[in-house]
Amino acid sequence: MKNYDIERHVRGESQFVDDISYPKGLLYAAVCYSDQAHGEIINIDISDVEQVKGIKLILTAKDIPGENQIGGIVPDEELLAEYKVEFIGQPIAIVVADDQLTAKKAARKIKVDIKDLPIITDARKAYEAGKLIVPPRTFNLGNVDDCWKKCDYIIQGTVESGGQEHLYLETQGAFAYPVEGRGIKIISSTQAPTAVQRVTARILNLAMHKIEVDVPRIGGGFGGKEDQATAWAVICALAAYKTKYPVKLILSRQEDMRATGKRHPYTSDFKIGLNKKKKIIGYEVTFYQNAGAAADLSPAILERTLFHCTNSYYIPNVKATAYSCKTNLPPNTAFRGFGGPQGMFVIESAMYKAAEKMGIDTSEIQNANLIKENDEFPYGQKAENCNALITWKRAEAKYSIKKTKDDIKKFNDKNDMYKKGIAFIPICFGISFTNTSMNQASALVHVYTDGSVSVSTAAVEMGQGVNEKIRQIATETLSINIDRIKTETTNTTRIANTSPTAASSAADLNGKATEQACNNILERLKKSAAEILNLKAVKNIEIKNEIVYHNGKRTKLSWNELVKQTNLKRVNLSSHSFYATPNIYFDREKEKGNPFAYHVYGTAIIEVTVDCLRGIYKFDSVKVVHDFGKSFNPIIDRGQAEGAIVQGLGWMTIEEVMHDENARLLTDSLSTYKVPDMHFTPEIEIEFLKNVENPMGIFKSKAIGEPPFMYGIGGYFAIMNALKAFRPNADFKISSPITPEKVLLNLHSKIDEPVTA
Amino acid sequence: MKAEINFICNNSEIEASVHPGLSLLDFLRKELRLTGTKEGCREGDCGACTILIGEYIGKDIIYHSVNSCLLPIGDVFGKHVVTIEGLNNNELNAVQKSFVEEGASQCGFCTPGFIVSLTGYFLSNKKFNVNHAIESMDGNVCRCTGHFSIIKAAQSSTKFLSKISSGKNHLNDLMKVGIIPEYFSSIKERLGELKQKTALTQTDSTIKFIIAGGTDLFVQKWEDILDGKVNLLSSNGISNLIKEENKKCIIGARASVTDLIESKIIRKYLPSLTEKLKLFGSLPIRNRATIGGNIINASPIADITSILLALNSTLYLKQKKTERTLPLKDLYKGYKKLDLKKDELIDRISFPLPAENSYFSFEKVSKRTYLDIASVNSSVYLEVDKNQITEIHLSAGGVAPIPLYLKYSSEFLLGKEISSENIHEAVNIALSEIAPISDVRGSKEYKALLLRQLIFAHFITLFPEKVNIKEIA
Ligand SMILES: Cc1cc2nc3c(=O)[nH]c(=O)nc-3n(C[C@H](O)[C@H](O)[C@H](O)COP(=O)(O)OP(=O)(O)OC[C@H]3O[C@@H](n4cnc5c(N)ncnc54)[C@H](O)[C@@H]3O)c2cc1C
Ligand code: FES
Ligand code: FES
Repeated sequence: MKNYDIERHVRGESQFVDDISYPKGLLYAAVCYSDQAHGEIINIDISDVEQVKGIKLILTAKDIPGENQIGGIVPDEELLAEYKVEFIGQPIAIVVADDQLTAKKAARKIKVDIKDLPIITDARKAYEAGKLIVPPRTFNLGNVDDCWKKCDYIIQGTVESGGQEHLYLETQGAFAYPVEGRGIKIISSTQAPTAVQRVTARILNLAMHKIEVDVPRIGGGFGGKEDQATAWAVICALAAYKTKYPVKLILSRQEDMRATGKRHPYTSDFKIGLNKKKKIIGYEVTFYQNAGAAADLSPAILERTLFHCTNSYYIPNVKATAYSCKTNLPPNTAFRGFGGPQGMFVIESAMYKAAEKMGIDTSEIQNANLIKENDEFPYGQKAENCNALITWKRAEAKYSIKKTKDDIKKFNDKNDMYKKGIAFIPICFGISFTNTSMNQASALVHVYTDGSVSVSTAAVEMGQGVNEKIRQIATETLSINIDRIKTETTNTTRIANTSPTAASSAADLNGKATEQACNNILERLKKSAAEILNLKAVKNIEIKNEIVYHNGKRTKLSWNELVKQTNLKRVNLSSHSFYATPNIYFDREKEKGNPFAYHVYGTAIIEVTVDCLRGIYKFDSVKVVHDFGKSFNPIIDRGQAEGAIVQGLGWMTIEEVMHDENARLLTDSLSTYKVPDMHFTPEIEIEFLKNVENPMGIFKSKAIGEPPFMYGIGGYFAIMNALKAFRPNADFKISSPITPEKVLLNLHSKIDEPVTA
Repeated sequence: MKAEINFICNNSEIEASVHPGLSLLDFLRKELRLTGTKEGCREGDCGACTILIGEYIGKDIIYHSVNSCLLPIGDVFGKHVVTIEGLNNNELNAVQKSFVEEGASQCGFCTPGFIVSLTGYFLSNKKFNVNHAIESMDGNVCRCTGHFSIIKAAQSSTKFLSKISSGKNHLNDLMKVGIIPEYFSSIKERLGELKQKTALTQTDSTIKFIIAGGTDLFVQKWEDILDGKVNLLSSNGISNLIKEENKKCIIGARASVTDLIESKIIRKYLPSLTEKLKLFGSLPIRNRATIGGNIINASPIADITSILLALNSTLYLKQKKTERTLPLKDLYKGYKKLDLKKDELIDRISFPLPAENSYFSFEKVSKRTYLDIASVNSSVYLEVDKNQITEIHLSAGGVAPIPLYLKYSSEFLLGKEISSENIHEAVNIALSEIAPISDVRGSKEYKALLLRQLIFAHFITLFPEKVNIKEIA
């Protein structure tokens, strides 16, 4: 199944925002950012800059015609800071010039006088100071307070997980130009065209219909362009609106890294209780989410942390509380997994520490507590078509786990310098936006008189292959050659009120809408065919491979002819169709409901070798059995899984976001923030779990974008197990990422070695 | 400042009047509107901007991959620049097809860079090996695929090409299977004609930047470069040859790290470096990064400098017509402070050829093993006679404001036996010689511990029967 998009990628012909040919007279915007993390703006002095040759316009908050507000869930974020700055990298002013470098240099010259206010970067400190973004949330199941007395083992601890830079290879950017009637058209690298449209309308004080947002494709998003692409697009729009010229803004890598939010760091406390049979009786957990300076998507991310706080396990008594803490970092935002990984890392850590205390392998506890059919999640939904245990067992068998473990033991007994570690990681991830109202999508399908087909949906192509999947859905539904089908850019004028391309759900939601739209047209075509062929009943008519069949017999009527004649008969060859996921709801008063259309399951086994002399490591292999549902594009699905796994391993290991005490980002370039490269990548083996049709997914498949990211968590524990082989009695702190620095300090520093038991 | 520069870009002769310090990336994207070459970082760390440069070496045109974001356009004068657009035929070629078949591209932003790197490998090598093909993409980062599918694409295209290439008329063989378009056959002649037209000369006292490979300068100062006058070392008579003379190895200051790796002399006398130098940057960076630049940039973690310190190197410094020599270890006076006069250039570097009874080791640890700056590096050169150390030089990077020669630990070990106790003692002395600071590359505690480990690593690797990890755990 070849992917039309990739054929252009390999020739360098795919056009990203910065590649599109622009009209003469194009201007460039540059942003003046706050270089202090918290303070009152006393004065903004643009006098040095105004006179510079090539400068067209300088804009500050007071030049905004509408409301200076870009917040989505909570209205707490200005486009341009007016009285107060709350993080380094916060936009304060915009410079528009006739070339990029002039604009950038001028923006840096603007003098902003800021009176310092105290800086908080740590989530717990923010919590203690009462700085919360939204009220806390608590999920309850059973009765935790009464359960501890039934436990033979109780373990408590603290878990830290670090942030993560999205590092989409294409930096944030947009291009905007004025159109007739004081409107603006924006080409944006965003996952959320409607958000860009809505916020632009608000900022410019225009009706939404005056703003057209178009997204040809984006060079990676991973959540980083869900909410945080908006500001840059709006800045271009504002500048274009004011100057009446086309304006472009493409962030440099360093600007992008400094000014945009990342995956939320979390710090969490847990208490877990088990009985002698390794069953978890109770789990109490408190999450402190480092939200940064504004809400952005943090409340929704916080919620997903709670949804996934027990990962793939059934635990009868659970109490999980989560605080979204306001700090002076750029607002943290969506990133593949959306808070789920942070929640899962804590339960996995708790089980690791419990196993340590009980003197057994963590996998024994994991296995003993896997969720089964009809078991209840802490949010009230019951597990249906549950594949947790099946993938686990299949992974054990397929990857000869007994032998692998023996081999590792032998290797470790023989080697002093190198130690191997292995870990299991099961995953369970709920599919649907947890904000039920967002689970909607639409598609607009046109069949042209030459038989070619155009499909527009709300889905943004960002590498996840959604365009190709939509084409497949159209080609299968209409039974015509795939070359006839073109997916269009994502455009707010063609498809309105879209949900962002996020939550792994774009193919499901937009695919279902596409399928319906194609079916609508198909029904009309069949009726028309019946008329053309002088048949009474439509019901025995079929289109197969571009030919009309009647009662299973081939007729002379071809796709092209049918389309042409249907048009002449004045029948509509277009359809706009709408899809909303059925049967999902969530009651935030009770914190119970049925928020997910379905869950994705899988199990991975991860092996690593640690060089205990130098403190470096290399993952040997990641072996997976994953529930893809009935995949209708295994190449795309496998690619998503592989990419997510490696990104997950990166989050757990070498990807370290560091700030200094003034909240200044230290890792603000690719030379200081390291992501996995060719050499890092391990062998990856993925088995598609068989016979698992998913009634809720498009063509019976399952969503794939996010779930495999969480396999990366196993990488952390594989390394921990290797460290244990070198230093069996040490009580290692749980703090990700486990960089080579932490590995070496764990192995060789003269820390005390308190034994846990 | 402007200069007339002519070169061939893909299949077109280009004449431009531009600042010679303009990055080729900007010229390609903005002037020629060849947008298949992408900007992902502008600091040589992502590979999205990778292109190929073909130039005469001897009688043949040899192609190398480089990062166009760090490449001064002045340096492509008289050369053949190949971008992704210049590799396209009507049909997808075998490399491109392998990416499509393996699903080795998702968002596509990194993809042209990968295709160019891998094609560059097939162009510049006559025998293909899967691991080397994969390594040729060590300067490319893909955030979407996780690289596994790209590795598979490299495997399948290598397999396919191994069957076809006969090796004799390499370009023709590649052309026949469509890996490169037909026009490549005309380049040799066309470049020859170009060469005679003009030459780039500029030497005067108002020069602000001397650019060698540009891999440090363009990262640190690309905007300033465009404001001032620049001089390209390539047009300055400084050699890039590596030769053997009077029991010494002489390295022209303009030699690149790739030149070093490929040098027969280095392979003979310091064989471990071939493998170890893969830890330096990436292939396109190594193709440009010069030895002289590494020394003068004076970064405390400079890898080549660490190696040359342990090899007891001497610099030949040239100023107009005068020349002086300076032991490398005396060059550094403080953080980025050098015993170097204005207008003084390194002409060449020399070190005594390693003796028969000598040992050499280079160690480097960074957060990511490849294409990353060291947290700490260290090198040692020693000669051993009857179990006694008769000559020894230890160096350490990342633990002081300068690339550090470990004088006292070296002195201590001189005349000693190789034993665990002596290494322990030498490590203690080394730890008193250093002054690490905490930064993005690690905390000072980590760096001190890491240096200890790396010094042990030298001896555990070189003398496994005498020093063992158990004794240091
Ligand atoms: C992505 C990336 C990865 C890197 N990885 C590594 C690594 O792993 N290890 C490492 O050590 N370095 C690394 N570097 C740094 C850099 O590549 C090296 O320091 C390189 O050797 C610099 O050489 P250059 O010719 O590119 O220097 P340039 O940038 O051209 O020059 C650097 C300085 O030296 C001066 N100079 C150059 N030649 C001479 C001369 N002959 N005489 C007098 N002055 C001169 C220049 O004027 C300038 O001030 C990396 C850089 C990048 C961008
Ligand atoms: S743009 Fe990233 S290496 Fe050149
Ligand atoms: S395909 Fe998106 S970065 Fe490689």
